[in-house]
Amino acid sequence: MSVLERLTERLTAVLPPDAVVTDPVRLRTYECDGLTVHRAVPGVVVLPETTEQVAAVVRLCREHGVPFVARGSGTGLSGGALPRTDGVLVVTSRMRRIVEIDVPDRRAVVEPGVTNLAITEAVRDQGYYYAPDPSSQQVCSIGGNVAENSGGAHCLKYGFTVNHVLAAEIVTPDGDVVELSAGDPGYDLLGAFVGSEGTLGIATKITVRLSRAPEAVTTLLAAFTGIEAGGHAVSAIIAAGVVPAAIEMMDALAIEAAEAAVHCGYPAGAGAVLVVELDGPRAEVEHQFAAVERICRDSGAFEIRTAASGEERAAIWKGRKSAFAAVGRISPAYIVQDGVVPRTALPRVLAGIDRLQEEYGIRVANVFHAGDGNLHPLVLFDDAVPGERERAETVSGRILDLCVEHGGSITGEHGVGVDKSRYMPRMFTEDDLGTMQLLRCAFDPEGLANPGKVFPTPRLCGEAPGVRTGVHPLVEAGLAEQF
Amino acid sequence: MDPELIKDCVHCGFCLPTCPTYVLWGEEMDSPRGRIHLMGQHTEGTPLTGAMAGHFDACLGCMACVTACPSGVRYDRLIEQTRAVVEREHVRRPDERAVRALVFALFPYRRRLRAMRLPMRLGRRLQPFLERVNPSLGAMAELAPADVPRPVRLPPLVRARGPRRARVGLLTGCVQGEFFPQVNAATARVLALEGCDVVIPPRQGCCGALSLHSGREAEARRFARRTVAVFGRADVDAVVVNAAGCGSSMKTYAEVLADDPAWAARAGALRIRDLAEFLAELGPAAERRPLPVSVAYHDACHLAHAQGVRAQPRDLLRAVPGLELREVAEAAICCGSAGTYNLFQPRAARELGDRKAERVLATGAEVLVSANPGCSMQIAAAVRRAGGGEIRVAHTAEVLDASLRGLDPGVLGRSPGAGKARTKR
Repeated sequence: MSVLERLTERLTAVLPPDAVVTDPVRLRTYECDGLTVHRAVPGVVVLPETTEQVAAVVRLCREHGVPFVARGSGTGLSGGALPRTDGVLVVTSRMRRIVEIDVPDRRAVVEPGVTNLAITEAVRDQGYYYAPDPSSQQVCSIGGNVAENSGGAHCLKYGFTVNHVLAAEIVTPDGDVVELSAGDPGYDLLGAFVGSEGTLGIATKITVRLSRAPEAVTTLLAAFTGIEAGGHAVSAIIAAGVVPAAIEMMDALAIEAAEAAVHCGYPAGAGAVLVVELDGPRAEVEHQFAAVERICRDSGAFEIRTAASGEERAAIWKGRKSAFAAVGRISPAYIVQDGVVPRTALPRVLAGIDRLQEEYGIRVANVFHAGDGNLHPLVLFDDAVPGERERAETVSGRILDLCVEHGGSITGEHGVGVDKSRYMPRMFTEDDLGTMQLLRCAFDPEGLANPGKVFPTPRLCGEAPGVRTGVHPLVEAGLAEQF
Repeated sequence: MDPELIKDCVHCGFCLPTCPTYVLWGEEMDSPRGRIHLMGQHTEGTPLTGAMAGHFDACLGCMACVTACPSGVRYDRLIEQTRAVVEREHVRRPDERAVRALVFALFPYRRRLRAMRLPMRLGRRLQPFLERVNPSLGAMAELAPADVPRPVRLPPLVRARGPRRARVGLLTGCVQGEFFPQVNAATARVLALEGCDVVIPPRQGCCGALSLHSGREAEARRFARRTVAVFGRADVDAVVVNAAGCGSSMKTYAEVLADDPAWAARAGALRIRDLAEFLAELGPAAERRPLPVSVAYHDACHLAHAQGVRAQPRDLLRAVPGLELREVAEAAICCGSAGTYNLFQPRAARELGDRKAERVLATGAEVLVSANPGCSMQIAAAVRRAGGGEIRVAHTAEVLDASLRGLDPGVLGRSPGAGKARTKR
């Protein structure tokens, strides 16, 4: 009997019936998340319903020395929830109760499987909402948002998940249930946990901040003939001291895809569209709207539309929010890239992406959160054409090089996961990575929580960062391997 | 299962929260994305296992995922093809086979359905017993309307009142025709009052929807050809359908009959329209009289998701003076009826029915309006289970009919279901 089989037997004993999946055909449906280029069939899948069950699973994993990976809705785009063939996939999709809504204190307590949008829907009638809004908000889970520190179009003004999580109940890799709170004195452990991509434990209850819905919201769609003019408008808007709730840009190819998918009716002939949303007190929004409109016209916008109603606003956003998946209409396959550049470097980086397209004969659709320089190039390819996937992957990687060269980052909001761990050394020195590893080991000395993610090379805990000398005592004892 | 259609899925997961079984069970293999993955496994050579077949059978075919999908995956085609494969390759348990044989020998045939009137009345009383024998039989007994109105014999032609604006065919359907005959009568009257000659071919049969949605391809094609022939001869501008499931299937006839170009062409020549869709295109002519009543409108999946008809019925209802339209929460989630689903998958169907009943009752509306006979029976049964007694259910056609004829709103949804048989529970 293998370790995994022994563990499965124990799991079956502590979980409800139907909560342990071992059938090979069923297991395979969990082989990837939203990023399908990386696949691994999990050793076993569990579907716990309570914190106690999650803790029991983690304790059993630790007891058996088996790695575990947490998964929410499986929409991640960096392979953060890629399973381990020798491990347990802990799926939180049955933990989707909204535990408490406390409007006077502006907070809600939810289980990790609750979708991002479900929180807003639960409090909308009372004039509140949950601010971070990743494009997959109707499906992505709040647990996944916490793991990835997800952003969204509106994080330009309102910040990322980390700014909206007040506390979390987590199961540590030891199997202990611990409460982390933003209000705790001392080290900001909650801050460390948010965005840790499942390497520090599994969140089982999350207390989120509820935000008051703004008095006024105005959404404006500006069409430009080319992407440079759009980029110029973005810089000019920010330079004018306006902080919009969101500034989004899409290029011609992305517009074509969105048009094919949701018939969003963006202006014909647009080489780029800018979606600018302003919110806040009515007088302020009106004042800013006038400024934004003038700047767009000065930058060469040939058509400007303003959403007069909630439906019209939804129609404008629909094109933008469905853009990733919509690209499936114009290309058999694609890579969603996620990088950040300083806003001022936008035109140069976009020109660089253009050059890469020509050099490799690969099309790239650009969709991005222009306000904070978060690019989402969609690199299109067809598996039926030999070599095209490889070229697409090269282009995708070189786009990240461009971002780093211009002082940016290899990820804005999708996380490092398994997909970008290899790019970490392009941003960080050995010392930097070693220091991060020390933090990780403080939570997970055995290295069982989502191993193989974030860091380019697995390391052993207790190993001092820096130059390696001699053989590690654990390796010598035959207890561990070094790669 | 066409690998090209499977490839369209980019695994984004936008379909997950719209899928009734994912909402119930929260597991990947009972979501559209997971089912497409299973289809992919099968096309790549994994034999169809019992587990796989179970997950395909558990799909309601509600097509909410088709609405949600930004990549345009044709899940509707995929699941139809998959069901046919399941029928060919999967050996069901003997009791499942027996229930299926019973359903497919009964439902598509009106005369046989008519013969069921008496057994149905007994069936309600015997429900607990039947439930123990087989959950599907129990579900059948529970769903059966208590008090079916007497059959209405419609003439082959109902002439337009006033100037003629169109000549239309009317599909009378199997379950609609037998259990809800008043709906067909109301449909014909509304169409006539709106200036249509209504042709009602007496020799029409089942449209084939049940067979098509259950992977019984040959049977579906046979029913489709017959329906195409009957309405082809009727020489009509459009065939009007008042049952959502029938309409959605008939709109795909050209695809169903694609193997035979001559039939496919004949099918393609028919203009199939849902009643609400047709009336919206035609525009109102007859005077709407006040109908002071509050109604909750239920989106039938095969109308909203499969045909994209959501606004038209609501607009028609709102145009009735005095009528107050209320929305049901989670409108896009299936009620669990889904053709034969509540008979073959009674447990899941009941859970979905209970969920829907709760939300329908929360509207506090006097009448539930639904454009599909299956949904009407399913929700009525779920409301009875919830202890809500007999809910008044009416078809959009009946509401319009009452308004056009200036009837009292009290007549809406009084039968079936109302009356003596209901106290026995």
